[in-house]
Parts: sequence; structure tokens; C-alpha cells
Amino acid sequence: MKGWRPPAPFLLLLPAILVLAAVVIVPLILSLYSSFTPFRLTQPASLYMFVGFRNYARILTDLEFWTAFGRTVLLLTVALNVEMLLGLGLAMLVEKATRGQRLLRTIMMFPMMFSPILVGFQFKFMFNDNIGLVNNALQSLGLTDQAIPWLIDGTLAFTAILIAEVWSSTSVFAILILAGLLAMPKEPIEAARVDGCTPWQTFRYVTWPFIMPFAYIAMTIRSLDVARAYDIVKIMTDGGPAKRTELLWTLVSRTAYADARMGLANAMAYVAILLSILFTVYFYRKLAAARTQIAAEW
Amino acid sequence: MATVSLEKLVKRYGAVEVVHGIDLEVADREFIALVGPSGCGKSTTLRMIAGLEPISGGNLKIGGKIVNDLPPRSRNLAMVFQSYALYPHMTVRENMGFSLKIAGQKPEEIAPQVEEAAKTLDLTHLLDRRPSQLSGGQRQRVAMGRAIVRNPEVFLFDEPLSNLDAKLRTQMRVEIKKLHAKVQSTVIYVTHDQVEAMTLADRIVIMRDGYIEQVGTPEDVFQRPQSKFVAGFIGSPPMNLKDAEVADGQLVFENGDRLPLPARFRERVTAGQKVTFGLRPDDLYPAGHGIHSGEDADVHDQDLRVILTEPLGNETLVFSDFGGAEWVGRMLNPRRLTPGDTLPFCFDLSQAHLFDRDSGRTLRG
Repeated sequence: MKGWRPPAPFLLLLPAILVLAAVVIVPLILSLYSSFTPFRLTQPASLYMFVGFRNYARILTDLEFWTAFGRTVLLLTVALNVEMLLGLGLAMLVEKATRGQRLLRTIMMFPMMFSPILVGFQFKFMFNDNIGLVNNALQSLGLTDQAIPWLIDGTLAFTAILIAEVWSSTSVFAILILAGLLAMPKEPIEAARVDGCTPWQTFRYVTWPFIMPFAYIAMTIRSLDVARAYDIVKIMTDGGPAKRTELLWTLVSRTAYADARMGLANAMAYVAILLSILFTVYFYRKLAAARTQIAAEW
Repeated sequence: MATVSLEKLVKRYGAVEVVHGIDLEVADREFIALVGPSGCGKSTTLRMIAGLEPISGGNLKIGGKIVNDLPPRSRNLAMVFQSYALYPHMTVRENMGFSLKIAGQKPEEIAPQVEEAAKTLDLTHLLDRRPSQLSGGQRQRVAMGRAIVRNPEVFLFDEPLSNLDAKLRTQMRVEIKKLHAKVQSTVIYVTHDQVEAMTLADRIVIMRDGYIEQVGTPEDVFQRPQSKFVAGFIGSPPMNLKDAEVADGQLVFENGDRLPLPARFRERVTAGQKVTFGLRPDDLYPAGHGIHSGEDADVHDQDLRVILTEPLGNETLVFSDFGGAEWVGRMLNPRRLTPGDTLPFCFDLSQAHLFDRDSGRTLRG
């Protein structure tokens, strides 16, 4: 057996390759494979039954899946836009602050410091129809004399989840856009003012193009976040009532663990990941374009 | 008609006053340069005129109208910034046409105006580039083009050439002069470079610590400085300014060396008065190597020891020792000198200046 030795680079990379294989590659291949089987956690032997694209075919015609898919896209679109607008507003206000800006920046980040699970519990309590803060306030202010069923009505529950999402993550936008505002040179803004711009035009034509890349970075991060939204929904409504707030990942986890249909769940997960990838690619392209536009040096 | 009047203009940041009630009248189509060392308030003054800094006191009039509280867009002026301040996400064409677009002009109206300005500034071939693809000089020309296109009543320049290398600066200086001859607008030009001020301006305003030291034509400020500060600031290398005391119709320097009191100051000083004597390097030269200032020249000969020389080709700056201090002289048609040589120097006292040491004001009538 003398004479052959594996090349040095291979040997040196071997530990990394082994670790990577154990934690990423093997599980990935296994889950991909299992999405082509009727694998049930309760029947291990079903892992060895290959059924081709049957799971995928089933998903494609599954109304429940597509409803959850659509709802996730809706949540993503609405949440991202609302967070973007609020974050922009917050960032611009904080940027104007002449004193206490550091303190404001820290306070602004508070929501990011809480676990989403806790945020879920907190909003579940606030939106509770009997003892919740929201109904209590509405009734005390005389705006309504009824107990609004926040977490029971489908649309209201979706709104409640949206509010919790927005509350916990607007600061991602605010922080990143604030970074953009602080990094941008002041002269072009002054030039725009001399050039005849109203404050709105200055924002529209000069400030906004500058901070757009920062907004897109936030968008990319948050689109991944929301596309895998699970924790807040799990706590607040658990996809209910009667699956009216079911999102992709609550559906996937229900299918995988409650119904024990791992094969089908894995197939759903791969379709869901596709969605995330699409959004990420989209925002990355936007980001690259915006960066070239302002000739960013980073 | 665009005169600009500053009446007791004041700028305060909190309790700190940085511009102390300055008065200035800029005539229509005049080219005015504001010069002074860093922190003298010249840029702040310009920014108050532009409307980028609120005015803390006094009045600012453009075309006879008080504009203190008008936003920059309502003042009908254009500004060229030191950092160019181009919009990086717009092409040169868009940068130059931006103000017209904002003013609501149609693209087909904007295009010929931009083309025209681009032709003036030799930018036609760059119109579709972005600022990041241009060199410093080109960016500066775009910034000027952007200002021209607005066709403003007043041009404001804030140290526009400071970011350019020396060669380009000389070139752009000529461009700006040509431009002013062509567009015939009022120009207020801030610079810390006295050469720019001297070469470009109709009148120069020299500022110091938030006050105006002197306003005058380039010849005025060079030949008749009103204060020690102006005398030292204008001219390169700077004027020799040495403290002396008047005694027996002579000037006595720190170490006892003496010079005769220049004729025209004889009536204006009293014995024992503390003064500062000023003489430009041009008026202190090795015998036979200077320009005689004519019939009324009042030349005093004096042997001086050479400490150091700086040969510049067509002339040599000669540093020598007199009165306990170092003096700079200018040697035309230079020959080689060795430090340590002692040779006869001429002090052209008809060109000398005398300032009161305490107030710093000139003693000339």
C-alpha cells in the first residue's frame, strides 16, 4: 500500500469537510431524499419506499398548502412595507435629534432584544378578548362596548400577528436606515436645497436614493425572517382558529410532528425555501442596482 | 440686477458669536472674493448668503430685497461646493438639468440648456457618465455647469478649487475667469488661497475672526494694506513684519540695529512709539539684483549676512539676519550665494509700511 498518499490540500481540508458533511450535507440530502418518500415518523420503514414526486404533486394541488403559502406572502409583503415606512420615519426623526441620539438609538433597539416567543405571549395577552389591554383600552375610551374577538376572527387575528411582527422588527429597518442617513454626505442635500428643492423633493431625489441600499439590506434580512415566521404565530394563534392564520412553517411543523408525515412536510419545506430564495435573490438584485447607482464604495 | 448687501450680519452658534455684524455691498456683476485663514467666518458668511445657515442678526438683501428668512430655493442663486456635492446617482446630464427639472421645465426645454452649458465647459462627451467615473477637475466643471444652467442672479463659490492639484487649479482659475466674463453674474467667491483671490476678484474682502479687515481691489490690498494682518496675509512669501521703536528719526529694532525712518512716515510717528515695520521681499534685495522703484526710491544700503537661500530658478529667496530677526529678500537674476556670505543689500524704504504695534492699523494717512 506504499506510494499513494492523498494530496495535502485534501488532507488539510478533511476535518472541515467531515464537520460540514455531518451537520449540513448529510441532513440536507437525507431531507431531500425523504421528500420523495411517504416517510412517517411512526413507521420508520416507510423511509425506504421511494414514491417519486408524489408528495410534490400532492402539495401542488393542496388548497390548504397554497392558502398558507399565499398568507405567508401576504404577511411578508404587508409587514415589510409597513416596517419599511415606520422604520424610515423613526430613523429620520432620530437623525434630527440633536441631543440624546445615542439613548434614542438604544431605546429603538429594545424590541429586538426580546425573544419572539415572549413577544408572542405579550401580544397574545394584549389582544385577549376578555382581559386584554387592547379591548380594555378601547372600551374605556368608549370607542366600542363589545369585546372584539382579536385572536378569534381570521382577519383580526392576522392583523394582530402583523402588529406583533411589525412591533418587534421595525427597528431592523430603523437602525439600518439610520446608519445610511448618518453615513450620507451632507453636501448633496445642501446642493439640492440651493438647486430649488422643497424638503419633500430633497428627500425624494437625493436622500432616498442614498438610503435605498440600506433599506434593501433590511428588506433582505427581514424577508428571510418573515418567510420563516413561526414562533410569534405559534404562540398567538397556533395557526388557528380553524387554520385561518396558518403560515407555511406552522403548516410544515404540524404536518411533520402532529401528523407525523415527515416526507410530505419535507416536500413542503423545500417549496417554502424556494420562496425565501426567490425573495432574497430579488432584494439582492435591487440592492446591487441601488449600490451601483450611488456608486457606493462598500 | 443682483446686488448683494450685508448689513450688520451676525452669526451665532448658541452663545458663541462667529461673525460679528459685518457690512458689505456687492455691486451687480461684481466678482468678490472672501479670503482669510481657516475659521475666519468666510464660509459661514457665504452659507448665510446661500440660506444654508440661519442668520442670527442684521439683514441680507439680494437685489434690494431682504431675504433673511427665505429658503435657499427662493433666493435665485447657485452654489459650487468644495466637495463638488454632485448627485452620485445621476448622470452628468441629470445633475446639470436637475434644478430645471425641479423648477418644472419639460425635458425638451431642459436638453438645449444643458447642452449649451456642457459646450461652454467642454463636458459634452461626458454627459452620460456618472460622477464616480469623472476626474476631480471634470467633477468640478460639472458642479459649475450645474450652477450655470440655473442662470442665477448670484453665483456662490465655496473654495471650489481646494480639492484639485496645483496644475489643475491654475487651469480652472482661468476657466472661472472666462466664465465670469461670459455669464456676467454677480459672484461671491470664498477661498483661503490669496492667489485665487488676487487673480479673479474685482474686489477682495479679507476676513479675520469674524470681522472684515479690509475691502479693496487686489492692488489696494497688496499695496495699501490697512492692517498688519492684511499685510502679512496677502503676498507670497509674506511681508517681513518686524517690531521696532521710533527714536531720533530712526527705527530701532530689538537688537539695536537701526533703519532710517521712511520719509512719508516722519510726520506720523512720535519718538518712543512702538511700531511694526513692514517690507515686502521684493523691496529687500542684494544690490544690483532688484527692481528699483523709480525716481522717488528711498534706498537704504546695508550689509547683511546670508543665512539660507531658496533658489526658484528665475529668482532666489534670500534669508538674512537683521535687527535680531530673519528677513526674506528676493534676488532677481540670481547668482550663487553661500550661506554665511555677507553682501550689500538694498532696503527700498519708499515701499515700506508702518503699523501701530498695539492696534495693528497702518500709520499711512
